[in-house]
Amino acid sequence: MNIPSPNDTRVPTFYETPSPKNMRGIWSWLITYDHKRIGLMYMWAILGWFTLGIVLGILMRVELLQPGGKFVDSQTYNAFFTLHGVIMVFLFIIPGIPAIFGNFIMPMQIGAEDVFFPKINLLSYWLYVLGGILAIVSLFAGGGMPDTGWTFYVPFSTKTHTNVSMATFAAFTLGMSSILTGVNFVTTIHRMRPANMGWKQIPLFTWSLYATAWVQILATPVVGMTLLLIILERAFGIGLFDPSKGGDPVLYQHLFWMYSHPAVYIMVLPAMGVVSDIIPVFARKAIFGYKAIVASSLGIAIAGSLVWAHHMYTSSMSDAAVFLFSFLTFVVAVPSAVKVFNWLATLQGGSIVMAPPLAMCLVFIVLFSVGGLTGLVLGSAGTDVHVHDTAFVVAHFHFVMFGGVGVAFLAALYYWWPKMFGRMYQFKPAYWGLGIFFVGFNLHYVTMFMLGLQGMPRRYYTYVPRFATGNFFAGIAGVVMVLGLAIILWNLIRSLRSPVTAPNNPWGSTTLEWQTQSPPPLENFTKEPVVPNYPYDFPEKPDDIVRV
Amino acid sequence: MNMHKDPLGDRFGMWLFLFSEILLFGALFVIYSVYFSKYQADFIAGGRQLDLFFGTFNTVILLISSFTVAASITALRNRQRKTALALLGFSISVGLVFLYNKYMEWGHKIHLGIYPDSPWLKEQSHGTNMFFGLYYVTTGLHALHVIIGGTLLAVSFAFILKNKVDPEHPTLLENCGLYWHLVDLIWIFVFPLFYLSH
Repeated sequence: MNIPSPNDTRVPTFYETPSPKNMRGIWSWLITYDHKRIGLMYMWAILGWFTLGIVLGILMRVELLQPGGKFVDSQTYNAFFTLHGVIMVFLFIIPGIPAIFGNFIMPMQIGAEDVFFPKINLLSYWLYVLGGILAIVSLFAGGGMPDTGWTFYVPFSTKTHTNVSMATFAAFTLGMSSILTGVNFVTTIHRMRPANMGWKQIPLFTWSLYATAWVQILATPVVGMTLLLIILERAFGIGLFDPSKGGDPVLYQHLFWMYSHPAVYIMVLPAMGVVSDIIPVFARKAIFGYKAIVASSLGIAIAGSLVWAHHMYTSSMSDAAVFLFSFLTFVVAVPSAVKVFNWLATLQGGSIVMAPPLAMCLVFIVLFSVGGLTGLVLGSAGTDVHVHDTAFVVAHFHFVMFGGVGVAFLAALYYWWPKMFGRMYQFKPAYWGLGIFFVGFNLHYVTMFMLGLQGMPRRYYTYVPRFATGNFFAGIAGVVMVLGLAIILWNLIRSLRSPVTAPNNPWGSTTLEWQTQSPPPLENFTKEPVVPNYPYDFPEKPDDIVRV
Repeated sequence: MNMHKDPLGDRFGMWLFLFSEILLFGALFVIYSVYFSKYQADFIAGGRQLDLFFGTFNTVILLISSFTVAASITALRNRQRKTALALLGFSISVGLVFLYNKYMEWGHKIHLGIYPDSPWLKEQSHGTNMFFGLYYVTTGLHALHVIIGGTLLAVSFAFILKNKVDPEHPTLLENCGLYWHLVDLIWIFVFPLFYLSH
């Protein structure tokens, strides 16, 4: 493996340089303005929530192993899926890639020493923590665990006695955190690039965060307002969504999905950015269609804001609206497919070097494509009516959210781990974990596709006996999937104690974050990074990748 | 660390944040437009019940305060610190007057039995209930923004006193001023939607 050449003078890393300067120990982390430390604090918090979400998912699968609901009662099951959804959506997937890698990597990719508003960045972090704490408190305070599902649909959410007010306020707080991060990133990308990095020299991961940040700024306030209205409704009984007082419950769904569908792209866009950055490195070939990828990111951000009502085909909208939103949904599939073809065309004819980050990206492409294609089944109003609110829908969005975004998140961990910690992880367990995860994932969710087509509804704590075999099988496959995931994470964390030191640029990447040492010093760069004319220009050297 | 000085970037970030604030109210305006198209007659009747004098008065003073905030920024840039402080102090007090008026107006309505879920409102038509429900939510949220904006102006005031905001570093005052203009701008939309809907 490459050992940093002796004439590399190592400067103290950001781990060794407290920030703020006069703080020691834990305080030099808790009130730090350093984007890298904030990114790592996000990472541990997000991994913690992810683990809790997985545990809840497994508990649901245990309940569904056999019909009859013998493990927990229906009310507890409702709390399980509500909590699983809220945690996975608001606390894991939405902040996952932007908050960890956006914070840690993005400023370095553009050669900056921090984000534009470091203090607001810290505030975002603590709002995130506060939102998480509120979500937990809502379980034990007030009328019991929220049981509405993560969508908080009226009229149930305004009538149930459980502690929905606090859970929605938690989501509101997380939304504020997300908006401030968005403001920070857009400003950073606009104002902190070196003079010689034009818009066409920005790495694609940073581009994807830029598009995402705009959606965060523009869409999140709408759901913030909507969730506030739920709280006001519960407190004062205004009746804005209550038909007996003149309100319209379907309007709530519109407002909710006006954010929450764009939120899908808040989750997916950074994932696509990660994949777009990793694939050319391991294909040793310039990314195919840089401009097309940028344009499709922006296209997704715009078109994705116009498709929200495809969640509502069965909510008694007019036929004209159903037709329109179905059409727009097909439109948004186009830029997504453009990206998939870009990645495949990049691999085509490249000098491919296999490594765990690339393997993870290949898993991403497969699972995300299945998720995208089954999305078309749902986007088409005729077929959607048959599978609406069935396990088919659950499987579809897990393919996109988990198989897509979650896997890209793992790919980002595989790719940037050496940069963040200065340690290489073992490749063999990395592949094994990935393989087991892939097999378990497909057996688990493909089974749910089949169950959904047969009519198994979502969010039910029990079911008729003819679904028993499928559910039992899905449960076992789910455990296999989690086993693979555990190997992946364990292997990464184990590397923190391993003696294998990562070189500055283990993958032979060309973006700026690899020009500094691993882990980086507090100011990120000891000398001005050299901005290449094009961020994906690879020398023809397929063997300069470190293998462990 | 991070000793960059980029006032343009600071303002840029503030503008982005203001976009998100506009969309927060945007959701309410969407709801308004939906129910206005559904209950047009009731909304017109509801608008007649609001006190046009209070509404107009508040609009005028808020516009004036927006002007005085802008003037105080100019004054600070021209190194007229005392003028800047005086104009800022005036703007803050106008904000308080606005809130007092709002309090009086709400108090009067509540006294008449017009408040969410009140027995009187329950007897009224659906459209009337929607109109007053939206009236309370929208003006309430706006009043909250007046409070936040006033607090921000007060913070700028204190920073000018401590010389932390001075002609060379006016960014905090400028950004707080921008926020105050936003509060004003939103009111300019809220006012006709409710008070002039007849």
